[in-house]
Amino acid sequence: MAAGSGPRRGRTVLILVTAGVLLVLVVALLAPVLAPYPADATGTTDTARILRPPSSTHWFGTDELGRDVFSRVLYGARVGPLVAVVVVAVSLLLGTTVGLVAGYFGGWIDEVFMRVTDVFLAVPALLLALALATVLAPGPTGLTVALTVTWWPWYARLVRGETASVTGRPYTEACRALGLGHRRTLIRHVLPNASTPLLVQASTDVGGVLLATSALSFLGLGPQPPTPDWGLMVEQSQNYFTTQWWLGTFPGLAIMVVAALFFLLGDVLRDRLDPRYTPRVRP
Amino acid sequence: MKRTRNGRGMPMLHYAARRSVLAVLVAAGVVVLTYLIAWVVPSDPAGVWAGPRASAAERARVRAQLGVDRPVAEQIVRYVAGVLRGDWGLSVRTHRPVLTDLLTLLPNTLQMVLAGLAIGVVVGIPAGLAAVRWHGRAPDVLVRTGALLSASIPTFWLALLLQTLFASRLGLLPIAGSHDRAVLAAHPVTTVTGLPLLDAVLTGNGAAAADLFDHLLLPALVVASYPAAVIARMVRASLLDAVGEPHIQMVRSLGFPERAVLGRFALRLAWNPVLQLLALIFGYSLVSTFLVEAVFDYPGLGRYAADAVSSLDVPAVVGVTLLVALLYLAANLAVDLAQAALDPRVTLR
Repeated sequence: MAAGSGPRRGRTVLILVTAGVLLVLVVALLAPVLAPYPADATGTTDTARILRPPSSTHWFGTDELGRDVFSRVLYGARVGPLVAVVVVAVSLLLGTTVGLVAGYFGGWIDEVFMRVTDVFLAVPALLLALALATVLAPGPTGLTVALTVTWWPWYARLVRGETASVTGRPYTEACRALGLGHRRTLIRHVLPNASTPLLVQASTDVGGVLLATSALSFLGLGPQPPTPDWGLMVEQSQNYFTTQWWLGTFPGLAIMVVAALFFLLGDVLRDRLDPRYTPRVRP
Repeated sequence: MKRTRNGRGMPMLHYAARRSVLAVLVAAGVVVLTYLIAWVVPSDPAGVWAGPRASAAERARVRAQLGVDRPVAEQIVRYVAGVLRGDWGLSVRTHRPVLTDLLTLLPNTLQMVLAGLAIGVVVGIPAGLAAVRWHGRAPDVLVRTGALLSASIPTFWLALLLQTLFASRLGLLPIAGSHDRAVLAAHPVTTVTGLPLLDAVLTGNGAAAADLFDHLLLPALVVASYPAAVIARMVRASLLDAVGEPHIQMVRSLGFPERAVLGRFALRLAWNPVLQLLALIFGYSLVSTFLVEAVFDYPGLGRYAADAVSSLDVPAVVGVTLLVALLYLAANLAVDLAQAALDPRVTLR
């Protein structure tokens, strides 16, 4: 939906969005250099400057412990977005493997795998992740595991569909007849068919998982204080929201901007590479 | 009537039966999954139940009492039998049966989701239509940007913003809760459907309806943000497709005004996908009420789940998961069956 009419405008949007995503990456990598008060990302407190409104020294103000909100928001790029990228990457790997095996070999393996994904897809993803994260120890690791368990089935379905549709076509038969192993046939000749929809879905999903992980953090299931996680920062700002608006406004805005960037990236990639593919609605 | 005219009486029955059986199988899978989450994933569920200061003997007694010392297969059979009997376990926090807790809170949550989806439809369809009517121009850009932002906004943050602005700062609407106790005591609501606001409206209880509406408005708006965005996008995309179709071109060449071409002819093609979309986002919207209820302190499944999460009340969390998954399955099955019955283009497989 992002790319306007005409290929040139689509390209401009693509360049802008890519630049935005790279900027997030740079902020995450260089947070210690960019942050004016790097120590504030952790548990330091400074009672002399509590709850100051935004100013030239503290662009986003200071929080209830006197920490610089701007520095903490910059450091936050290392928490939520990292979880989102890891979750999507591991889910992709797991889902692709299952999907390839199920679609290519068919038979009972296919039946079993697909019935398992049916069950996972019948539970709203955020809810399943919430239940799992509660049972696993709350924290970034538990959160990542919980979200990965929830997110892989969709990739499995996607890859399985594409794989099943090309398996048995003359060219895959030819691969086998020429003496290529199953593994090589699958990875070099079958998988590329699914790579475009996978790419589109994955970039959209980074945004979706970022929203999910922030939501779970907000409920206390993610990183614990004093980690500068955006969702957690919004949660801790609740009591101050009416009077000290800057505490929760900026971390929330950061989540929104980064999520929007990845949604846009998904849209632009879709328009350019595979206009027929419709990304799934949020699970 | 329609079914016989379409000549799909028997195939339709077969289809309905097949889909229902499949849904029941998936539901059984979900029950097993929730069991695994509750009792197999945690390393020592009995230890959690007995508390950190329990002695070894006490822990062994609890293990036997909960049945976690039995083989996993036997445990699953007992759990499934319990779920079917309506025994969803006891909440560690409230010490009441989980199912009883859930069923008392369900109407409030359901009312919030339905209100949110309704707002989503009422906002999303006109927005999508406007984007197509002025395709590529300012309204289109506005709708697309708005849809992107309202799909990207974190639910809990939007809830906090609206609460601060409209309730705390401007004082226009109540800050939290589902009703004003004094108002409902003076004007008690008679139960008809179980959904409080709908009941108040149906029984002509104006004072209670106004109070319930005031409390529901902000939460429902927050829940509506994602549905409105996807519905607008979907209507826009499917109308843009439809405008190219021969029969729409025909209507246009007959001289119908653009308004009628879109509103009367093209929009008709978008109803089915919208309905399907509603069933798909029903699950997501149910879960987003969790965050909204936590912020607005609205007594529903979500606040119950949030409280259960913070006290690590596993039976309660699992109960909520199971109930929501079953509702979601039922909604999707209902929409599929309704469409198969009404739309002759649906292939019955």
